[in-house]
Amino acid sequence: MRFRFSRNKKRYSEDIVQGPIYDTYENYDESKPSIDYAVLPEREKEARPILKTRGVGIDFGGLTAVDEFTITVGPTEIAGIIGPNGAGKTTIFNLLTKVYQPTRGTFFFDGQDTRGLNTAKMSELGVARTFQNIRLFDRLTVEENVKAAMHRDLNYGLLSCLIHGPKYRKQEKDAHEKALQLLSIFDMQDMADYKAGSLPYGAQRRLEIVRALATEPKLLLLDEPAAGMNPSETAELMNNIRKIRDTFHIAIILIEHDMSLVMNVCEDIAVLNFGRVIAKGTPKEIQANPAVIEAYLGRKKEAK
Amino acid sequence: MKKITSKGLSPYRKNEIISYGIAIAGFIVITVLDSFGLVSSSLHGQLVPICAYVIMAVSLNLVVGISGELSLGHAGFMSVGAYTGIVASGILGTMDVADPVRFFTAVIAGALMAGIAGFLIGIPVLRLRGDYLAIVTLAFGEIIKNIMNIVYAGIDENGFHISTKADYGLSADGRMLLNGPMGATQVDRISTFFYGFILVMVTLYVVQNILNSRQGRAIMACRDNRIAAESIGLNVTKNKLMAFTVSSALAGMGGVLFGLNYSTLLPVKFNFNTSILILVFVVLGGLGNIWGSMIAATVLTILPEALRQFADYRMLVYAVVLIVVMIATYNPAIRSRVSAFAEKYLRRKKTGAAPSEGGGD
Repeated sequence: MRFRFSRNKKRYSEDIVQGPIYDTYENYDESKPSIDYAVLPEREKEARPILKTRGVGIDFGGLTAVDEFTITVGPTEIAGIIGPNGAGKTTIFNLLTKVYQPTRGTFFFDGQDTRGLNTAKMSELGVARTFQNIRLFDRLTVEENVKAAMHRDLNYGLLSCLIHGPKYRKQEKDAHEKALQLLSIFDMQDMADYKAGSLPYGAQRRLEIVRALATEPKLLLLDEPAAGMNPSETAELMNNIRKIRDTFHIAIILIEHDMSLVMNVCEDIAVLNFGRVIAKGTPKEIQANPAVIEAYLGRKKEAK
Repeated sequence: MKKITSKGLSPYRKNEIISYGIAIAGFIVITVLDSFGLVSSSLHGQLVPICAYVIMAVSLNLVVGISGELSLGHAGFMSVGAYTGIVASGILGTMDVADPVRFFTAVIAGALMAGIAGFLIGIPVLRLRGDYLAIVTLAFGEIIKNIMNIVYAGIDENGFHISTKADYGLSADGRMLLNGPMGATQVDRISTFFYGFILVMVTLYVVQNILNSRQGRAIMACRDNRIAAESIGLNVTKNKLMAFTVSSALAGMGGVLFGLNYSTLLPVKFNFNTSILILVFVVLGGLGNIWGSMIAATVLTILPEALRQFADYRMLVYAVVLIVVMIATYNPAIRSRVSAFAEKYLRRKKTGAAPSEGGGD
């Protein structure tokens, strides 16, 4: 027998090492924006970018985990962040969702400065994410996992919840239908009544994406969506990522080690090493970039 | 894979039906037996406390099982409810009010006060997590008990008096309601088994309706994964605070039922041991399992009385039974036996009903 809280606590400390709280943004100088070699797809050139990061950096004690991170992502772009282990990729996602507050710089989401916002607020603005180590609500069913993410959509109050009044019934019915519809993207509607924790690994990864989509995001952050998947599953995932973008018209940033996925799906790739962007460009440019080959792909080739 | 429920009947619906069924069946059986005079006098005296403890266990399950935070101060909220109820009932007693009105007004007052206490205590406490939260709730439980120790209240022709001093100017023919460390005295015993049954049903209704709503999902999401819950925009502290407040209010309700069942009630009754006792009900019944809490509370309230024949060894036997039940409930071998048995004889579902892990953790 164990109490749940101790497990949560352990999980919490696993990958979130709380650094000191910095008085952020002091060092951010508007007049000297860091250089941004934005590679937006042709169709996005005129549109307002969904995400503009400007000189974002974070230190943990003496360690600079991310520095001078400056990218621009278009409103329906699929962007990729790649880099060796420990390059700071997941830290960037944690910064974009305000799990950490940046030590330096800031970023603009959909034209809005995000200084001082918290995780819940970022979700409200339209940032949704998945996690590298899956974080589902294990003891809720698949459908409830999705419905939990629609919390903002449903707005009946506590009284309505206690008496299960007409407002409750109508909204719950709509939520049920919407949840099944979202699950059908990944053909998961038949699993709706299973406990999320009992799903096979691949299905758990897909459920995380569905849950993120249920918050109606404008920007979806996928942290290693293909991890642990076999080639055919990865190919299916590729199609699904494109399908999500085309159906929901949202931007997607993905972190991935599977080069076939990244090179096929992403329109714009940033390569990270030791917390810094060392190259940026289209998949073709990245594949030809000597710095990238040296830092990342080259080493991989040798190993093969 | 866990079980797929048959179409149209969600897992919650099923559990809801079981819990209401147990409560109603229990009430009917006892009432029928009572009308034939088959209920022993010791059990008869325990019917109201059983209802009160069921309410306490179910409401604590909302915090410990469903919200996932260990609270060790639940008896504190029970005492707030009990004494508020006693005072409210005492005041109404001086007027000419029918018993049901008097009782349910006291229940509402007690639930309200306990809810407010839970809310105020929850604000600082629920910023903590895990062991720290448990320790602080324990402390608050003791603080409430000690405050109750110094409260004096009475009513006379000049109206209602409340004070922290024994000498608060109650006139000679006034009626003393709370007498500091001596607790409540001369309480009118207006709790009945029927009222207790109604309150149990109200508690089940509230807790189970919360479970199956957006608020309940948010509470459970925060329990299962705090970081993910924040990432989908849930306010963890707010949701936990809501669960804590509702749980406290329900505990206050149980307290009123309990308090109005005895003619005297000492504040010491609501000490740490009572909180632990309620926690034992919840853990034994299964965290998050509502009907499990009900059964555990009932059995463990009856057990010490039923074991009277063991005289001095009563608590020893009680402890052994507790340990055996815990081991048996959480033993995978025994569990798989039971579920295999259940599948063989109670086969009802057509779709692959695999052995389930059952109730809580």
